Amino acid sequence: MRPRRLLALALTLLLAGCTGGGGNGSTNGRITLRFQSLAWQDESVTANKELVKEWNATHPDVKVQYVQGSWDSVHDQLLTSFEGGEAPDIIHDASDDLADFAYGGYLADLRDLLPARLKSDIPQRSWETATFGDGIYGVPFLQEPRVLIANATWLKKAGVRIPTPEHPWSWPEFRDITRRLSGDGKYGVAWPLKEPVSATLNLSLSAGGELFHRGTDGKVTVRFDAADQVVPRTIHDQADVDHSASPTTLGSGGSDTLPGFFGGKYAMVPLGFSYRQQIVQQAPKGFDWQVLPAPAGADGLTQGVSPQTLSIAEDSPHKKEAAEFVDFLLRPRNMVRLALGDWMLPTGTQALKDPALHTTKDDWATGTALADHLVSAPAQSVRGYPEWKDKVATPAFQEYYSGAITLAELRERLQRDGNLVLARYQR
Amino acid sequence: MRTSTGARAGQYVALLAYLVFLAFPFLWLISTAFKSPRELGSLHPTWIPRHPTLANFRQAFDEQPLLHAALNSLLAALGAALIAVVIATPMAWVMARRRTLLARAATGWVVVSQAFPFVLVIIPLFLVLKNLRLIDSLAGLVLVYVVWSLPFALWMLVGYVRAVPAELEEAAAVDGAGKLRTLVSVTAPLLAPGIVATALFAFVTAWNEFFFALVLLKTPEKQTLPVVLTHFIGAEGVADLGPLAAAAFLATLPSLLVFALIQRRITGGMLTGAVKS
Repeated sequence: MRPRRLLALALTLLLAGCTGGGGNGSTNGRITLRFQSLAWQDESVTANKELVKEWNATHPDVKVQYVQGSWDSVHDQLLTSFEGGEAPDIIHDASDDLADFAYGGYLADLRDLLPARLKSDIPQRSWETATFGDGIYGVPFLQEPRVLIANATWLKKAGVRIPTPEHPWSWPEFRDITRRLSGDGKYGVAWPLKEPVSATLNLSLSAGGELFHRGTDGKVTVRFDAADQVVPRTIHDQADVDHSASPTTLGSGGSDTLPGFFGGKYAMVPLGFSYRQQIVQQAPKGFDWQVLPAPAGADGLTQGVSPQTLSIAEDSPHKKEAAEFVDFLLRPRNMVRLALGDWMLPTGTQALKDPALHTTKDDWATGTALADHLVSAPAQSVRGYPEWKDKVATPAFQEYYSGAITLAELRERLQRDGNLVLARYQR
Repeated sequence: MRTSTGARAGQYVALLAYLVFLAFPFLWLISTAFKSPRELGSLHPTWIPRHPTLANFRQAFDEQPLLHAALNSLLAALGAALIAVVIATPMAWVMARRRTLLARAATGWVVVSQAFPFVLVIIPLFLVLKNLRLIDSLAGLVLVYVVWSLPFALWMLVGYVRAVPAELEEAAAVDGAGKLRTLVSVTAPLLAPGIVATALFAFVTAWNEFFFALVLLKTPEKQTLPVVLTHFIGAEGVADLGPLAAAAFLATLPSLLVFALIQRRITGGMLTGAVKS
């Protein structure tokens, strides 16, 4: 083709593709709502799209448009959309990402929008994850505990007691068992601690660790007490004293540890419950794995979580209709479909009773038994937490786990430097 | 100057090492795209997939509208490249030939403008485009890409214009050609390699761009390839590695093809400004 024709073709195509518009609102009395979903796994996307299709089939006047978002960039993308007044009507996110948007006035307070059925179906401890100040800014609907994924054959052969949600390992027992399982270049556990802060803080709740303490004046301070030290000390001692935890995985993400796990280098890997999907996909044929509850401390199996949430934009002109769609999406049967698609647990009490979530296949039952112990992650509502995490806690925990600093130094840095950061946000 | 055999061997080794360094990510991407999930989870990764499969490509196409997204990317990148060179060529000519205070200030501004981070401009830009009703349209995205690539394109072209002897233009003027005629008939043909190189730069920048496309396009049907690729990545960076690699491999092909097709022109273009006449 001659250059001139090529140029003409390109310009024609460009003009054809350059149709502006879109946008939410009403056309000919028909409302269109934009639902930005962060579902990404095949089954999960399918479940979401099917539900949108079912809604659209039964609600001719309120059409929902499915928009695919991405976990990787959701915060920046939403912030820009909010600032520009172009946010989606219904927003999928995680509860620990909502604080800035809620305090910034970008999200609608859902207390008067949601039906009583949905309010009573989700336990108070879950609602707390999306409560900021006096308002509720998201409906928590999916969550996952951190569990131990174990090489079942290895554990059986070693003759160790297999923990259950009723009789979990204590933290000292866990340390003792990983020591027994280690040797000859193999390790009892591989901690993927690329993001050490949330993992440490959420698991520390089992030992009664709170770290963030809110005073009577409402201000939050960091205190690294004895209960806060149980989990970090266990991890540190496994890696640096007992050598029962692989030192190389401390800087890795969860997926990075799986090849070593399948290859028989580690007996156990602490991972989110949803990692089972990757294990089912990638494990070699005949590899026998099982889900074990995370170790328990003075407060039992308690664990912090940041559930996935559905929120409604404050600027949406159709908040009532958006809330009706959220209610439809989170009816017990639909919540189960979403949970199965994401390999996670639903927050709704009715959905949790569904037999599909109590099967031994892929150890759904073990995870479901932990649902009652999941509470709001300690850092959720603390303003300044992201900066504290990035600038103070992440390097401090990484250095402690690698053996570069002592527990006393860790404590000093978390408290002294941490409180300086938090104070700036609370003036 | 003579080079000893040892030194020459060292140069070849260094060149080979550099080529391996450059090629490694791409070759690994291709290898990953053809591996089964079980092979991806293996403790002993292999260069050549033991059981090559097209399942990742099938899954990638089933799950995401890759072709449609690729077409959107192509429209945005072609549009940005064409408009950028059409605007930049006469501007570069003026800046190269008229060494006034204004031209020098413009050159300075071009350099400074490259230092602005995306996040600094995105919200004002979003509001401006919203007022122009250009949010959620490829036209708006093309406009942003043109503005974004224009300073560097201009900077590149100024160098190429300066390499064209001004005497040729003076001769054309003596023959009675006006300024526009001189630019179109005399200077532009000599600038062709530089224009191609500049257009390619603008094309590749727009083809790979992610953040503006993510923020400015709302409708799923209008999303570009880099945005669609992130849909294979889940919370905490967990990725559906096989389909992601398959889709990313396909996404790199157009750039490679364009480079392969006009490689000789680019080389010419790059050398044009290299030696001062």
